[in-house]
Amino acid sequence: MEDRHLRLIAARPLERLVRTVEALLVVSSSPLSVDELAQAAEDEPARIEAALDLLKERYREGRSGIVLERVAGGYAFRASREAASACARLVEPPVERTLSQAALETLAIVAYLGPCTRPEIARLRGVASDTVVAGLVERGLLAEAGREPGAGGAVRYRVTELFLRVFGLESVAGLPPLEDLGGEASEIRARLEAVAGRRLG
Amino acid sequence: MRPRDLHLDLDAFEGPFDLLLALILKEELPLAEVEIARIVVAYVERLVEVERLDLEACGEFLLLVAGLLELKARELFPQVDADLVDLEPAEAAEELARRLEEYRRIKAAASWLSERLRQESDRFFRLGPAPLSPRLSRRLAPQDPRALADSLRALAAEPSTLSLAHMGLSFPSIERFLDRFRALLRRRLRFDLETELRGLGRLEQAAAFLALLELRKREEARLEQAYPFAPIRVLRPAVERSEEWKTATSA
Repeated sequence: MEDRHLRLIAARPLERLVRTVEALLVVSSSPLSVDELAQAAEDEPARIEAALDLLKERYREGRSGIVLERVAGGYAFRASREAASACARLVEPPVERTLSQAALETLAIVAYLGPCTRPEIARLRGVASDTVVAGLVERGLLAEAGREPGAGGAVRYRVTELFLRVFGLESVAGLPPLEDLGGEASEIRARLEAVAGRRLG
Repeated sequence: MRPRDLHLDLDAFEGPFDLLLALILKEELPLAEVEIARIVVAYVERLVEVERLDLEACGEFLLLVAGLLELKARELFPQVDADLVDLEPAEAAEELARRLEEYRRIKAAASWLSERLRQESDRFFRLGPAPLSPRLSRRLAPQDPRALADSLRALAAEPSTLSLAHMGLSFPSIERFLDRFRALLRRRLRFDLETELRGLGRLEQAAAFLALLELRKREEARLEQAYPFAPIRVLRPAVERSEEWKTATSA
């Protein structure tokens, strides 16, 4: 039994798989899922996860200039935070760090309620958002996601992998629940009643 | 301060207020893209700066903004507005509160994203096109060279000559029908058009009808039809004139 165990380790060493996964993550420009890594490495998903655990320890903040993180539904390398200033002097950030209020509101609507159409975004914001949506598509933060059912249905939009990477999210499920945001409904009603009361008075 | 002196810096427009109005009225700028609240805020800020209240100018501004708001509301929510009209006041208030609540949550979500973006501002990662998959080699099934030669031969065959027969189509003479109808009206007081057209082709029937309209225009014939699609009767105009004359003289 002991001999068999030793043979297995010798036949399929994890360290070799770790190096393969590391190489795959280096050549990819977008996050890779466990299944994608398993397919490329021609190995089992469970062993890929074990290899990723080793790599996460090796590439973590404070230990390496490269950090392995779980983001946008997969695993990807990024620069460590302590090297951010140097990176900023060398390359442009992936997305402008200051987005307008209109852009942030539009992103929030699509992230929480998407895929959704431009008229739906306009209804929620109270202002047409065609220009804002076009700008966000151009920046790669939104992408088309089919059309509304029926002939001539409006184009639907969704957030992209770049959006998740820029905001450091594994998926949109990582956003705080919408119900917990925006305060109490009773407070809004009280304000409306106060305004109506002044008018009547 | 006159509204036209107001300088605006909006997402959709930058420039004087009167130019914005002109662009909206010419439909060169969609009103739905314009944030009217920011126009009002800009105006109020300018009022604070000048420290002088021109009531007439303020009234003018209020009127303009009210007009813009109404136009924008119609443009944004044509159907929704119609729905709201049917609501009772209490229901409308409830709907308004619901919408405000919805928007407030979205604004809070936008604030969360803004804060998150600030916190994550030191994220740098490689960006590039999607990784290329190995190119698949397309393998063709075994081919027969004779089948290829047959296909080429079919393509090299002389195409059949196109028929230009339809180019030589001649239109029947309207003059011929004019003469024919004039001759008929000299012989008879009236005739039935359908009877005269019987046996003619569609083009000849069309020419005959044009000739008839020409006669009617020149008052050489009068047309009668009891009801739509009933037979058209052609009458000599002299009959009508003489009957009218008789009626007039007897009266």
